[in-house]
Amino acid sequence: MNKRIAEAFVHGKAFIPFLTCGDPSLETTEQLVYACEEAGADLVELGIPFSDPTAEGPVIQAANMRALAGGTTTDRIFEMVERIRKRTEIPLVFMTYANVVFSYHAGGCRAGRAGAGVEKTVSGTEQFIKKAAGAGIDGLILPDVPFEEKEEFASVCRQYGLDLISLIAPTSEGRITEIAREAEGFVYCVSSLGVTGMRTEITTDVGAMVKLVKQEKNIPCAVGFGVSTPEQARAMAACSDGAIVGSAIVKLCERYGRGCVPEVKAYVKRMKEAVEILCFP
Amino acid sequence: MSNGRFGIHGGQYIPETLMNAVLELEEAYNHYKNDPEFNRELTELLNEYAGRPSRLYDARRMTEDLGGAKIYLKREDLNHTGAHKINNVLGQVLLAKKMGKTRVIAETGAGQHGVATATAAALMDMECEVFMGKEDTERQALNVYRMRLLGAKVHAVESGTATLKDAVSETMRKWTSRIADTHYVLGSCMGPHPFPTIVRDFQAVISKEIKEQLLEKEGRLPDAVLACVGGGSNAIGSFYHFIGDEQVRLIGCEAAGRGVDTAETAATIATGRLGIFHGMKSYFCQDEYGQIAPVYSISAGLDYPGVGPEHAYLYDTGRAEYVAITDEEAVEAFEYLSRTEGIIPAIESAHAVAYARKLAPSMRKDQILVITVSGRGDKDCAAIARYRGEDIHE
Repeated sequence: MNKRIAEAFVHGKAFIPFLTCGDPSLETTEQLVYACEEAGADLVELGIPFSDPTAEGPVIQAANMRALAGGTTTDRIFEMVERIRKRTEIPLVFMTYANVVFSYHAGGCRAGRAGAGVEKTVSGTEQFIKKAAGAGIDGLILPDVPFEEKEEFASVCRQYGLDLISLIAPTSEGRITEIAREAEGFVYCVSSLGVTGMRTEITTDVGAMVKLVKQEKNIPCAVGFGVSTPEQARAMAACSDGAIVGSAIVKLCERYGRGCVPEVKAYVKRMKEAVEILCFP
Repeated sequence: MSNGRFGIHGGQYIPETLMNAVLELEEAYNHYKNDPEFNRELTELLNEYAGRPSRLYDARRMTEDLGGAKIYLKREDLNHTGAHKINNVLGQVLLAKKMGKTRVIAETGAGQHGVATATAAALMDMECEVFMGKEDTERQALNVYRMRLLGAKVHAVESGTATLKDAVSETMRKWTSRIADTHYVLGSCMGPHPFPTIVRDFQAVISKEIKEQLLEKEGRLPDAVLACVGGGSNAIGSFYHFIGDEQVRLIGCEAAGRGVDTAETAATIATGRLGIFHGMKSYFCQDEYGQIAPVYSISAGLDYPGVGPEHAYLYDTGRAEYVAITDEEAVEAFEYLSRTEGIIPAIESAHAVAYARKLAPSMRKDQILVITVSGRGDKDCAAIARYRGEDIHE
């Protein structure tokens, strides 16, 4: 298990903010990471924007589009992570889609040029993971890579000391045990059906999902999707090891643009306090 | 590695939330595909409702005009709802019904798959919602009305490039929010396993009939089978029963848009690279960072940045060939078939007709070429008129 990720869960309930890299700019994203750490965040999820993010609701979809339109690229994000790593040891996890990793500078597998009959298996996965590890990334979340497909990514992650984070969903049921058995770093518990985005109510019995994981393996579980208020974060953290918040933070970035850093910092502080109460009653 | 591989292609690259749904679908499909009662019901629907078998038409004037191979047209345009899409949809909606689902959702590009799904949903009393790129709802306004007339709810998708790929993304998103009572009727031989296999099997009736009809008419197999390829469902259906017949050339015709050397193209095999998107590993138009390219074609049904995994595999092995046809060539073929045979093909199918015009003259007169006319072109008339500078509105 990646050391920094393990560290994120040893100080009690964790609070994990998500940021879309490059929204509104990579300079702002960098400042946001420092602000999140100062506000008490235990781990930061850095979203690499993708043109077609199929697991995201409208808020993060729009952030992806803004970031790409602003010229954000995976290489520039690696450079940003290198800068961040010079200043802080906060655990950092990339969250992106399979193709961003698989096709990273994979110029060798252009179909038309290779011609029929040639197996074109050259992928960018190793290059991506090697660079991510070198820049100081600790883990990788790929929401479109389920248990059945994880090995082509997990094997390379292990080689470079990254944890490939597994997700479980309210529909996982009997799959939770096998997923937990091979999970690394922490388990990302998806709180509800549907895509990312703020919800007024979370009706899933998240506690039962977490219990199934823990029966199989002693691994931290953090809950995301739909969490936006301190009350929700507290409720989710109460039955797990931490809460993950994306859309609510991205919405602040959208509303305040380059001036979002103090707003996000204040929000993260409130949320961290909400989950922290559980540890020091 | 998961099931559902065609060589290195295919797989199940989808959110965990959907995994049990596709596993349930696979189990149900494996059960019903061998169930005599299911097959009897499906055959009855295909024959009595959709009008199968579709005609294999001896296109004498075209043959004479091109002066080479003898040309047959597989008339999928004569099916109920006007395209091959109904073959797959009747199969999937019947399967969904057997699985106890009460609601179907679907993406659509040109609107043919949406219309077919709305039709089957009306027939089998299912709730139906269709997701269509906003740009396509404007290009194909008549089909939007047809879907509503059939009782479906149509949602205009404004995300991304507001075309077919975004409609697929949005339908996947909507499926994750409501799974228990809902089946996603995927319209092409793409997406996560088992969809590429299910869609291919339901479309394989096309090649099964071509083979039987041609044996009856000519006592032999064709020398070449041509079909247009977006995701590739009519093509895989047209190829499937000939894959083992090595002497039959299988040729998929992709949409080159304004040309494969421009950015405004949708020719995936000519310009794409291996990638992972929409649940599958296959070839995709994309940039060096894996961002999916905003593709373009005059044909809304071929305007897709990927290709089904079985086509990617047939390409890798060299069993099928893929060629790219420009907007201009497709429009000329649209007009050509209309004037020569009195058949207005869908602009999608016109891509296959266009390549036949190049290929047939180079073939001998004793050779046979089959073109699948996947759909009829009524829906395209206004857009083609506008392409030719005539401002008509539906």
